This record gives sequence, structure tokens and C-alpha cells, in this order.
Amino acid sequence: MIFNLELSSITLLSLRVSGIATAISLLIGLPSGTLLALAKFPGRSFLLSLINTGMALPPVVVGLAVAMILWRSGPLGDLQLIYTPAAIVIAQTVIAAPVVTGLTTAALQQLNPRLQLQLYGLGASRVQMILSLWREARLPLLAAVMAGFGSVISEVGASMMVGGNIRGQTRVLTTAIVLETSKGEFEQAIALSVLLLLITFLINWALTWIQQRGKE
Amino acid sequence: MTPLVSLEFMGDTSGVTPLLQLSNLLVRREKQTVLHIESLFVESGDVLAIVGPNGAGKSTLFLVLARLLKADHGQVLFHGRPAESFHDLEYRRQIALVLQESLLMDMSVYENAAMGLRFRNKSGDEIHERVNHWLERLGIVHLSGRPARKLSGGEAQRVSLARAFVLQPDLLLLDEPFTSLDSPTRARLLEDLKSVLIETKMTTIFITHDLQETLKLATRMAVILDGRIEQSGVPQNVFDKPMNDRVARFLGR
Repeated sequence: MIFNLELSSITLLSLRVSGIATAISLLIGLPSGTLLALAKFPGRSFLLSLINTGMALPPVVVGLAVAMILWRSGPLGDLQLIYTPAAIVIAQTVIAAPVVTGLTTAALQQLNPRLQLQLYGLGASRVQMILSLWREARLPLLAAVMAGFGSVISEVGASMMVGGNIRGQTRVLTTAIVLETSKGEFEQAIALSVLLLLITFLINWALTWIQQRGKE
Repeated sequence: MTPLVSLEFMGDTSGVTPLLQLSNLLVRREKQTVLHIESLFVESGDVLAIVGPNGAGKSTLFLVLARLLKADHGQVLFHGRPAESFHDLEYRRQIALVLQESLLMDMSVYENAAMGLRFRNKSGDEIHERVNHWLERLGIVHLSGRPARKLSGGEAQRVSLARAFVLQPDLLLLDEPFTSLDSPTRARLLEDLKSVLIETKMTTIFITHDLQETLKLATRMAVILDGRIEQSGVPQNVFDKPMNDRVARFLGR
């Protein structure tokens, strides 16, 4: 039986790691998605296809790549990040950033292209123009955040490979579910799964509520 | 500064510096010349209609005037100064744009009308005063709190006009602002716009392919065909005496 204390620390770690990874993805994805949507430059469509491929990156593959970089013998091995929560954050950011970037691009491309002209024609600076477009696309942008968070809170492969599922240190909900299942502790596994579902539901429900309120 | 080339093309400029002067303006697209304006000027208080069929280059000219497109060649003087000497933002903050689609943001009518003033960091009091004045003047003050997406086409276009007028621009640019409206709505809006333009003496350039609108609003008109201004002058004169067959045909004479 997992103690409640341990359960809550696993849950909090999951939320913290995936929350930070989503936040970093937003910092990367919002500006780069905006650039891809608004700017015209050589190699843009190639970059877009890369991002679209990135949106479907298998977490296990990301886990392997990040692990190879962070292993003691790897290029960033000296940082001693492997099997720490920071390593999971890095791997999850690699998973979520393309999702946020791609959906940001899509959200902005849905807007009327002449809106940019109209905003400039009302005296908006470039920054004001971009802020206005973000404001206008706030609902699909929120969906981008939801999708980014959803993709990392529920992934197991990368967390397992770079975090190592160390009890009390890098064990998150998904890796704990795998462990409990392999031990034959199905009740535990099911309880953890219900908890994970509940968390993702609550977060998405809150975001959807904000979205719907914006629509009224 | 390069000396001005002939300006007699559109009336007399003696004494007063026109608000806007274009000379030898050239825009090319894929090696084709899509716009070639030898000379055009707009004086303060003018309401100039740029008239022509679809694809004649009206919209290209509009984008150049709004500084949203760079001409390949030629000179634009604004307030007698080369337009390049103004920073893009400095130039654009002296004009205001109304496009064919109202392109309102997903917020209230009031907030839409206040947008340009907020871009300019005006104080809350000033925004309040100017926005209410123009919503009132255009007959939509009762819609102030309504979300813009719940407006009819005519109401939305009034908000779009209010959003431009609150800026008290030196130059108002309108790109076929009535095209998408049904005819009774359009007639009412045209009437209201006319009285506002007379009252404010706001210098205006409007793009249209509608000759009725031109006769109703414009103090001067320029007929543009295949990227060139074929004829310009007081609308009635142009209608009465088309300069050549092409203009006559376009005017249905």
C-alpha cells in the first residue's frame, strides 16, 4: 500500500514537472509559433513540417535522445542531471514545445490575414499588433496550452528513461502506474490511474471554463 | 529633397502645401508594372474618390498610401515632407484605415472604438470622451457594451468608422467600406458619413468602384484604369466630360 504521503508527493512532482515543462514550452512556442504564422522567410515551410512532425514525437524516442545527452558519458553529462526531476522537465519540454508551437501557428493562421493591416492602420506598433492578435486568438491559444500539458502529464516513456522512476525523487504518476502494474498491484495501479485522470480532467475543466466564459 | 515634378495634373496647388503628394510612383509585381501614378495630390479637406474597375490597381495604391506596401520607385510627400523621413509608426499614427470588412476584435463595441487610442497610450478620460462622442455621432452609443460579434453588418461598419474617427487622423483612408452592406443600410450609412465629412472637413481618400458613392461623397475623383490615373477632377466634370473612350466606357457614358 502506498502511503498517502508518498502518493501526494508523487502527484505534486507530476504536476510540478509537467507544469514547468508546459510553461517553458509556452515561452518557446508562443514566440516561435507567432513567427512561423506571421513572417515569411526562406525555409519556413520546411520548419513548419519539422514542427508538425515534432507534434507527434514518440515520448520514448525523446527520452532516449535526452538520456543520451544527459548520461554521464554524454555531452552534457557534467551537469549531472540524469535521473533528476530537471531531466524530466527537459524531456517533457522537448515533447510539449512543438505541440504549443504548432498549435500557436495554427491559431494565428485562422485569423483574417487583413486583421494585421487593420491593426497597423489604427496605429499599432509591431508589438501591439502581435499582442492584439494573441488576444484575438486567446481561445485557441489556451487550447494549445491544454494540449501541451495534456501531452506531458500523461506520457510515461520519457519520464521513465531520463528520470529512472526513483522512489521519492523522480517517481511521477505515470511511472508509478507502470511499476505497480508490473508488480501485479492492480488496485494501486488503478487508483493512481483514476487520480491521474481526475487531475487532467480538473485542469482541462478549469481551462474550458475560462474558454467558455470568454465566449459569452 | 528632389524637386517636385508637374503637379498641374490635379488642379492648382499654389500657395498651400498639399497634405499628400505623389509623383512618379511605381509599383511592380513579378516584373509587371501594376501601378504607375505620375502625379496625384490631396489637399486638406479634400474627399478624393479613387475610382476604377476591379484589378485596376486601386487596392495597391491604397496599401501604398497606408504605408503597408513599399513602392518600387517615386516620391510621396506627406505634409510637404518626404514620407520616408517619417518613421513607419509616426506616419501611420497620422492616418486611419477603414477596410471593406469591418474586422472588429472579439471585444465590446466600446473597446473596439477605443483600440487606436489605447495604442497611442491616451488617458482614460480622453478615450472615454472621444469614444462616446463618436459612438453617439454615428448613432451606435446604445451598442457600447455589446460584443462586436453580435452586431449586424451595418452596425459593425459604423463601429469601424467610429474607431477611425476617434483618432482624429490627418488623413482618413477608406477601402470600399460599403461594398458588403445591403442597399438600405448602405444608403443610410452613406448619408451619415457624408454629413460627418462635411462637418469635420476631414481629408479623406476612398477607394470605390461605385459611381453613386463617388457622386455623393467626393469633392474630387480620380479614375484609375490599368494602374494609371486616366482622368481626375471634380466628379460632375469628369462625368460630363470623360477625357477618352476608356473613361467614358467605365463611367457608362
